[in-house]
Amino acid sequence: MPDAPGLELIRGEIEAAHPGAVIDSGFAQERAVLSIDPVHVLDVLAWLRGRSGHEYKFLSSLHAADYLPAEPRFAVHYELLNRDRVERIRIKALLTDPGEDKLPELDSCVELFPTAEFQEREVFDFFGIVFRGHPDLTRILLPEDYVGWPQRRDFPVGGEPVTFTYNERNYG
Amino acid sequence: MRERQPRARDMLRGDLEGEDLERYVEERVVMTSFEKMLGWARSNSIFPLTFGLACCAIEGIPMSAVTARYDIARFGAEAGRASPRQADLIVLSGRVSIKMAPIIRRLYDQMLEPKWAISMGACSSSGGMFANYAVVQGADKFMPIDVHIPGCPPRPEAVLYGFNKLQRKIEGNPDQGWRARYGAEGTEEWARGGPRSEPSAASTEAYELARELIRA
Repeated sequence: MPDAPGLELIRGEIEAAHPGAVIDSGFAQERAVLSIDPVHVLDVLAWLRGRSGHEYKFLSSLHAADYLPAEPRFAVHYELLNRDRVERIRIKALLTDPGEDKLPELDSCVELFPTAEFQEREVFDFFGIVFRGHPDLTRILLPEDYVGWPQRRDFPVGGEPVTFTYNERNYG
Repeated sequence: MRERQPRARDMLRGDLEGEDLERYVEERVVMTSFEKMLGWARSNSIFPLTFGLACCAIEGIPMSAVTARYDIARFGAEAGRASPRQADLIVLSGRVSIKMAPIIRRLYDQMLEPKWAISMGACSSSGGMFANYAVVQGADKFMPIDVHIPGCPPRPEAVLYGFNKLQRKIEGNPDQGWRARYGAEGTEEWARGGPRSEPSAASTEAYELARELIRA
């Protein structure tokens, strides 16, 4: 993990190459985090992967989160790893909710990291985040005819209420 | 048995007559109906489908049915079949996700008649702890179930008891009417909208008393 000055140096170099790409930098859960503009997601990932002296060549995880009351609402997290120095860095692409009947979009990184193919499908499956340029963006875990994005915070939990005698008597 | 063998020889020779012959026939012949005999034969030669869904398939079937301590071979059902075409019992062992439900339904439809289904454990019977968007809340929503076995996982004794219940159902003698046998009529509790939504006055009183005792 880069230390605080190292992270600021990375941020400065990325901002020099791609102005406006980095929104924020800091440390969360003992991990260096760069929050970025989703427009520049491929630029930043390619820079971190290819730049000599950095070379985060391994995408150890790609996942999404829904921070519903917050704005921007969604974030796609890329956990990058340099396996020579055993250094990790987290890239957080912040996505705003485009509103009813529209899905948030950002570029797919399958060309850079082939492992992202299934993980991007999973994120699409559960959060409804569209990855532009993905070779086969379909549902992966849920049935193909499923309606809705069940890991979003405003999705109902589902199931059925259980009518125990106690519930029946007190809440009828 | 040894004593009877000479008498069987006598009978075949035609040496038994009169009262001896009557007694010989009474001892050896059982009168029954064809359906009863067929049910008896079927109930003691069940071929379960080799099939598992979740943790009940790990805990339940090998531990509570196949191992020597409990041994389902005592009831003639130890030969698991790898194809639904050869099986006549499917045990739903675990939670049924909505993606798996059509596949289970297809397996059940591929089984030849007569066929039976056991829903083993809380998850496949009611959804269990998985009251969420991904799990079918009870497998009897999409296929007929003969016996539900409660438990998470069920005890081995419960699994074998449920299996014996299924055997008796196959024989045409399902175990019903236990409330009448134990004098427990009027203790039914119904889900919302049932004929008796209110618990009986006696059970309410007992419940309040128990709560008082817990508080004291």
